[in-house]
Amino acid sequence: MAFNLESTDIGPREGRLGSITGYMGNLEDLASQGKCGTLQGCTRCFSQASSCLSGCSLAMLGQMSDVAIIHHGPAGCSASASSQATKLVAEQLGIKNTSVYIGTDLNERDTIFGAMDSLRDIVLEVYRRYRPNAIFVGNSCATGIIGEDIDSLVEELKDEIDVPIIAVHCEGFKSRIWATGFDIADHAVLRGLVEPPKEKRNTINFKNFFESARDEITELFARFDLKPVFLWTNTTVEEVKHLSEAVATTSICGTLGNYLGNGLEELYGVPYIRTINPLGIAGYETWLREIGDVAGKRDQVEKYIDEQRAIYIPQIEEVKKELTGLKAVLGMGPGYTFEVTRVLNELGIEVVWALAWHYDKKYENGDTPPSMEYLLENDINFEVSISDQQNYEVMNILNRYKPDLYLSRHPGSTVWATKQGTAAYFVADEYEIFGYKHTLEFAKGLVDTIRNRSFEDNMAKHSKLPYTDWWYEQNIDKFFEQAK
Amino acid sequence: MAKILDKPRYKCALSAMQSVQGMNRIIPVLHSGPGCAEKLSNDIGNSGYFSPNIYPCTGINERDVVFGGVKKLDTTIDNALKVIDADMYIVLTGCIPEIIGDDTGEVVDRFQDSEKPVIYAPTAGFRGNNYRGHEQVIDAIVDQYLKPSDQKVKGLVNIWADIPLQDPFWIGNIAEIKRLLQSIGLEANSIFGYGSGIEAIDKVPQAEFNLLISPWVGLESMKNMEKKLGIPYLHYPVLPIGATETSKFLRTVASFAKLPKKKVEDVIEERERFFYHVIERFADLFLESRVMSKQFTTVADSLYSLGITKFLVNDMGLFPGPQFAVEDIPEEYRKRIEEEYHDLNYGIKADISFETDGYKIHNAIREHDYHGYPYILGGHYEKTLAKELKAHNLNVSWPVNERVIMNEFYVGYEGGLHLLEDMYSVARQRYN
Repeated sequence: MAFNLESTDIGPREGRLGSITGYMGNLEDLASQGKCGTLQGCTRCFSQASSCLSGCSLAMLGQMSDVAIIHHGPAGCSASASSQATKLVAEQLGIKNTSVYIGTDLNERDTIFGAMDSLRDIVLEVYRRYRPNAIFVGNSCATGIIGEDIDSLVEELKDEIDVPIIAVHCEGFKSRIWATGFDIADHAVLRGLVEPPKEKRNTINFKNFFESARDEITELFARFDLKPVFLWTNTTVEEVKHLSEAVATTSICGTLGNYLGNGLEELYGVPYIRTINPLGIAGYETWLREIGDVAGKRDQVEKYIDEQRAIYIPQIEEVKKELTGLKAVLGMGPGYTFEVTRVLNELGIEVVWALAWHYDKKYENGDTPPSMEYLLENDINFEVSISDQQNYEVMNILNRYKPDLYLSRHPGSTVWATKQGTAAYFVADEYEIFGYKHTLEFAKGLVDTIRNRSFEDNMAKHSKLPYTDWWYEQNIDKFFEQAK
Repeated sequence: MAKILDKPRYKCALSAMQSVQGMNRIIPVLHSGPGCAEKLSNDIGNSGYFSPNIYPCTGINERDVVFGGVKKLDTTIDNALKVIDADMYIVLTGCIPEIIGDDTGEVVDRFQDSEKPVIYAPTAGFRGNNYRGHEQVIDAIVDQYLKPSDQKVKGLVNIWADIPLQDPFWIGNIAEIKRLLQSIGLEANSIFGYGSGIEAIDKVPQAEFNLLISPWVGLESMKNMEKKLGIPYLHYPVLPIGATETSKFLRTVASFAKLPKKKVEDVIEERERFFYHVIERFADLFLESRVMSKQFTTVADSLYSLGITKFLVNDMGLFPGPQFAVEDIPEEYRKRIEEEYHDLNYGIKADISFETDGYKIHNAIREHDYHGYPYILGGHYEKTLAKELKAHNLNVSWPVNERVIMNEFYVGYEGGLHLLEDMYSVARQRYN
């Protein structure tokens, strides 16, 4: 697709990528329908709360190390300001993170008369207080609907503020797919911060969430004479300006990196590594080899792979013996669901049902997500539903299949499986299954989880489930409706 | 008018979903955008029989913004009744339906004859913060569900104090307040916390009186209940922490409830004896700390800021530095609350500010002379400030990030001891 940096806004994934949030069937069917254009997502006439895309846009941008976020809306929209996650990561890595997240506490009067004057004062005051190196002004559902013109304000303020100031259109109602927020953030950065290349650098743009593996990956890439620039957590504005000068862009998650990766490639010719992700053995090796090819370091990569395989593969094979034959259900964002299923397959675990919180028929370059291609090519098929964290559907599936394990990646989800007596494993850290070392740790973690089921036994014994018997008798797609 | 929210201490009215979450088997049904629940529930201790990620939610989209979301609300409530096993469904509206003019009340009315009660509270984010939203939920229950009762249960008192989850100590607090009232012969009923739920709600009209422990939150609801349900109320504006205030609290309640004086005085005497039995053993610690100045600052909502100020001044002999009550208290309550900060032993008047701007609060603390290491009891934001000022710091108010508070409480005699344990555990990490 063509990246239009003139426009301050981008459409939701539903429109741009044909993404859906309602489907039930199997992997083969999902992929083939997606390819031939017949895939129609469903809506639901009953749904439970999910996520807001502003968290994936403004909150992600707010994780940079020297910016100010101004979230124009009622006090609840800026509740993310209370989070400390990034600051803790920064502290651990010895990085200074001075970013601030400011709300505007919109009230009832403002919804009638507008609050542009107050917003203007707030932006100037924040600039005066903190002297950030860039300012992002985002709106909310309320300010979007009442028509607060943040684009014009930002244009006006460019005369008064001598750092980049960028409007971010992130009304929560815009898309059911919170990953649209990742694209909105990337678009804001591409528009407002990234500069055309002046010189080539030996850097690799590395998109991730919380960068727990920063040191480890820095060390890894040093072997191939590459220097990773981690995005957006603890990234400086200065680093971002030079993204166009990198050797390549890669991402720990296809859903996360899609817009930036393709954007940098199309706009500035920076190759986007769009292999399967570096999770598990096949993922790690495929990804490393592609980086080796792009950076002209294939020999070093092969040497590294040989060396590491010798250490880890025998150990992984050993643990695999204890996992083989287990049955699992998993529920994650699509960037992980179709990657983790591959890894579970490598470890001998059978996936009986996989839920993805949404599904992108294609990525920004028009291709089917590589993780899907890989599974199909390797004849791995299983039942699939697309469900934006609809917990009642998860519970119905768990009740039907009674798997040995439920794997999930979103806060607040694992407890429900344990109440049903199912062992749950939380794949929280995006590097939990990264490379050989973490794949081994992950496998061992799974063994520990199934070896002691006391907690889920106790939870199941002492808690009642909040769903009715009626619901457990219904089909999972009971509330699906054809999308209008 | 919109204002700068720098280091926010409150969320929006829709966070009243946390108040609903505080009632057993009562579920919020959100008529809002898809992500409001997740965003407003970034605290630990959020799960339970229900949790925010299972609240039924209309998840309003762009199309609904244009055409209205009432149909979706109708099917969401209808199916929530089938899928979720709850005793009451409280529909809470977010910003979008209220701006586009969805008639939520009309939709909820259609469920009047459903097997389980369905009520609603207007809690759009722009209507006020979560302290106001909490009142909206109580009012919704009173106005749309409860009926006056002719049968009063002798000694039954409804207690109203904390805002569930906004007050990190809410679970322990409610339980301890119940125990305190039981100790003087009353039976306490709370619609929030352990033992709450539809039965507790049904008992509300049978109480002899409502007891509100809060500087201001809930006062309007008490007046509403007096009018609609004929329940008189006692407003005790201070969270009683430690011996002085808790004894005063028990005497005030006993006198209002016309309890026999002797019994109450016996209880107080015994509880104070135990309190000082412990204090006496640790008095050296309080007197001989080499690293604490006498001055302290609270940055918390008025329930905690005032409660802690009274305790540290009146029981512990510390001196109040600047105090900050940060929940954006409506103008009409401020004077009365200020008077409480000015009513301390030895005619001491604490300097109280109702500032909500964290930047200004921090600057005011920086400018104050504590003549030594200050003690800052506040939200998570004060951690870095404390580091800068070499202050001691205890996270007692929202946002709470690095502490895990499960059943801990600061209310009452016991609570006072807990607060001292926590404060001096921090102070003992330094030595000069």
